[in-house]
Amino acid sequence: MIEATSLTKRYGKTLAVSNLSFTVESGQVTGFLGPNGAGKSTTMRMILGLDNPSSGRVTIGGKSYHELKDPLRTVGALLDAKWVHPNRSARAHLAWMARSNRLPSSRVDEVLETVGLTSVAGKRAGGFSLGMSQRLGIAAALLGDPEVLLFDEPVNGLDPEGILWIRKFMHRLADEGRTVFVSSHLLSEMALTASQLVVIGKGRLISQSSTKDFVARAAENTVKVRSPQLPQLRGALEQASARIAPGEDGSLIVSGMDSEKIGELAAGNGIVLHELAPQTGSLEQAFMQITGDSVEYHTGLEIEAEQVLETAVK
Amino acid sequence: MTLLATERIKLFTTRSPWWCALLTLAVTIGFAALITGTTDAGGGSVAATQFGYQFGLPVIMVLAALSVTTEYRFGTMRTTFQAIPNRAAALLAKTAVVALLVLVIGEISAFGSWGIANLLKPSADFALNSSADWINVTGVGLVYALAAVVAIAVGLLVRHSAGAIALLMIYGLAVENLIRLIPNVGDDIYKWLPFNVANRFLTGDGSNRGAVLDGPPLSTSSLGTWWALAYFAAFAFVMLAIAITVTRKRDA
Repeated sequence: MIEATSLTKRYGKTLAVSNLSFTVESGQVTGFLGPNGAGKSTTMRMILGLDNPSSGRVTIGGKSYHELKDPLRTVGALLDAKWVHPNRSARAHLAWMARSNRLPSSRVDEVLETVGLTSVAGKRAGGFSLGMSQRLGIAAALLGDPEVLLFDEPVNGLDPEGILWIRKFMHRLADEGRTVFVSSHLLSEMALTASQLVVIGKGRLISQSSTKDFVARAAENTVKVRSPQLPQLRGALEQASARIAPGEDGSLIVSGMDSEKIGELAAGNGIVLHELAPQTGSLEQAFMQITGDSVEYHTGLEIEAEQVLETAVK
Repeated sequence: MTLLATERIKLFTTRSPWWCALLTLAVTIGFAALITGTTDAGGGSVAATQFGYQFGLPVIMVLAALSVTTEYRFGTMRTTFQAIPNRAAALLAKTAVVALLVLVIGEISAFGSWGIANLLKPSADFALNSSADWINVTGVGLVYALAAVVAIAVGLLVRHSAGAIALLMIYGLAVENLIRLIPNVGDDIYKWLPFNVANRFLTGDGSNRGAVLDGPPLSTSSLGTWWALAYFAAFAFVMLAIAITVTRKRDA
């Protein structure tokens, strides 16, 4: 179990992580979600004792990382797949890590087998593709057979096959009863991988909940309504304080009210409906709405993209 | 022991230490061959066979600095600190392994230089028949090992290969000598500069030579042989202590 308490990290004037508290329970995959630059990697480095928090603390099973004896046996992590000396072979890379935590060298061959790198174990790691490097990184994380696993953006830049492999692998690790904490900036990916979500933006906690709840809350559901008695309907809806936006070919897009309520309202007022269609927004859109102002670096392009999205919705 | 074994695996599973070791041997032994080969018959001294040590020294410092800076460059320093959260212990182990390797390279290069001189000029008197002669040859490994400690410290503080190597080269090859140009006090300061003092340990006062020029330039330091070694060692370990303290506090 990972527990962060008022974790804060300041780089000069920038506040990378601000008063962040969350818990990661064992036996499930917990997603760590936030836009790029939200402080996910910084938080992960603090969990591993690589960066010192400016204030607050983070513990793993009640202990700080520095207090762990042979830490690879408790916590395995893949923060960056390229953290390997390019002229060292995959086996040599794992060999020194195993030695440093008094792990038998047979473990090296076992984890190479697990991630399917046995055939290239003697090749220099610098020549590996991103997918292979990622597998090597996962092998390194699994070396000490740890209860807690941290992965930072593990699917970034992978091809669909690689993504699928990692996704299945995470589930397998959680099914084995391990604590898996995986970061991503893609909600759609997390929706498939994680059962719990810790969402941050600009270094602050936005929410901690189950993925299901978050997605339900995030995806703002709208209802498309068409009616020959549009003005009356509009009036009734406005009275019931639903938000209304004009849709295409004379329809209305209603938000803040579900389709049952609208139907009952229409029936109560004797209004004929031609269409009553609930619409689910995309996860990415929802995520953008929730993390809205917490994106670190806004660009003109982003605003343009949002506008395009909005017109597409209308 | 675990940490030493870890660092040993790390050091010997990349190629740059081997290239640096070979280059050191080539430079020092090659230089000894060149000097003995071009000396007139009857000339030559033990000191003269060790001319090349000054040229091997920068290569050794590059090896030692790279052992740290490549770890920063490729992120393996983070992996190291993740595996061994006790950074001081991890870095001391690294220093010990690199210094030991360098000590061995230094001894091979010194005795190799002496040996090739013997081979090329069997008639000359290269016998190691005084303690100064012995220190002249065996001391090379010690000075190299301590210089490696200095280079590791600089590598830890600077963290970039180019920066660390430039700093070491400029200091070792230029700064110490340029300080002598300061009027009045320059020479007094120079007497106490670490590499000049290390040179004092190796070359002594030159009494074991036939002529003063019969070997590398003598040091201006007036310390005794062992005091000179102790002074250079103290300098190296103070640097290392500063570097480790800084690294422990810094984000990896």
